[in-house]
Amino acid sequence: MIAIVDYGAGNLVSVKKALDWLGQECAISSQPEQVAKSSKIVLPGVGHFASTAALARSGLQAAIRDAIGRGVPFLGICVGMQWMLEHSQESPETPGLGLFPGECERFPPSVKSPHVGWNQLELNPSSRLFRGIPALPFVYFTHSYRIPVSEATAACCDYGGRFSAALERDHLFGVQFHPEKSADVGLQLLSNFCAL
Amino acid sequence: MLTKRIIACLDVDGGRVVKGVQFEDLRDAGDPADLAKAHSESGADEVVLLDISAAHQQRATLLETVRRAARQLFIPLTVGGGIRSLEDAAAVFSTGADKISINSAALSNPNLITQIAERFGSQAVVVAIDAKRRANAAAWEAFTHGGRTASGRDAVEWAREAESRGAGEILLTSMDRDGTASGFDCDLTRAVADSVRIPVIASGGAGDARHFAEVFREGHADAALAASIFHYGIHRFADLKHQLSLQGIPMRLPC
Repeated sequence: MIAIVDYGAGNLVSVKKALDWLGQECAISSQPEQVAKSSKIVLPGVGHFASTAALARSGLQAAIRDAIGRGVPFLGICVGMQWMLEHSQESPETPGLGLFPGECERFPPSVKSPHVGWNQLELNPSSRLFRGIPALPFVYFTHSYRIPVSEATAACCDYGGRFSAALERDHLFGVQFHPEKSADVGLQLLSNFCAL
Repeated sequence: MLTKRIIACLDVDGGRVVKGVQFEDLRDAGDPADLAKAHSESGADEVVLLDISAAHQQRATLLETVRRAARQLFIPLTVGGGIRSLEDAAAVFSTGADKISINSAALSNPNLITQIAERFGSQAVVVAIDAKRRANAAAWEAFTHGGRTASGRDAVEWAREAESRGAGEILLTSMDRDGTASGFDCDLTRAVADSVRIPVIASGGAGDARHFAEVFREGHADAALAASIFHYGIHRFADLKHQLSLQGIPMRLPC
């Protein structure tokens, strides 16, 4: 069973319905015990980085850390991916999970922020998350902070400079865009994650 | 490069699409769920479902309609019409909508924008502004209740306030151009788009591909709404987007 982690921020229905469409057994859960027992974890996220502080308070963070330690595949979406880093400029006092080094930063003043709409990705050909997805796909973004390019970058996007649209290392995955709203490309990506 | 978005709008009344678009291969051309999916497959970047039924007792019908449409739609879905409270918005989100659009209720209670944004995020809150040019002036007034009531508010100033209160996007309709097929109001669109940092969706007046190119170039719109353009010789979103792409407007293609 795939756990879609509910920490009281935003709307999780879109992620659920995409996994339902793919025929995956999944449940929205705010229970640390249920998350700990799941075969895969999806952490959606919209809104403010500070809202992830609820994960630490509720015991969900410990459950997630424990599951990741046992090799359970993990996918963070949008703020859910940003939380996988150490920090975000959006809320410097809220620590991230530190699964990837670095911090989320603002867009430069040269571009409108938030970055909203369909933008194109440059894929790392060895990515497992993007397996079977044609080069230069379009995906749907809506975010105000971004993650710098690093060794873990699985896909790059350019908006006021290049940034990490996806991160990937071992069984840890993050996407800045919304696969559940990115048409066939997004469904293929979710299907790839489910098949791990 | 970030593309310009082409958004399909479906006007829904009592669970049926009114002034809809004809798709030959649909079982039921008036069904919002089938039409939303058909628009998505024909290349629309987003879908807006606008409930134009005045009767609040039809709310359950609308929610069921949204639920059915959302189940098979994997591009952003916005729902507008009749959302007057945080509870109304929460009910719409629970059916699978990604964004809600509010108009009259936001003008009478601007704090509603903040309430919904705090709970669901700014990206989920679209403030719709119906604007009409003031006589003999390069200024526009915001109207409510389907364009029947003048609010007295300047449309540009109201857009700025909506942004500061947490709106994630502005859906800007020119009442002067709506239904005319004579082109978007580029002056209005530019006045608003240059005054806010959030995306502006232009609406009202689309007749052909040239009008879309104009509102992106001269109106500085981030997205444009297409409702009845398909009555004017463009049959698929992909065709429209190809034409715009050839003119150098960044588009999501193939879609």
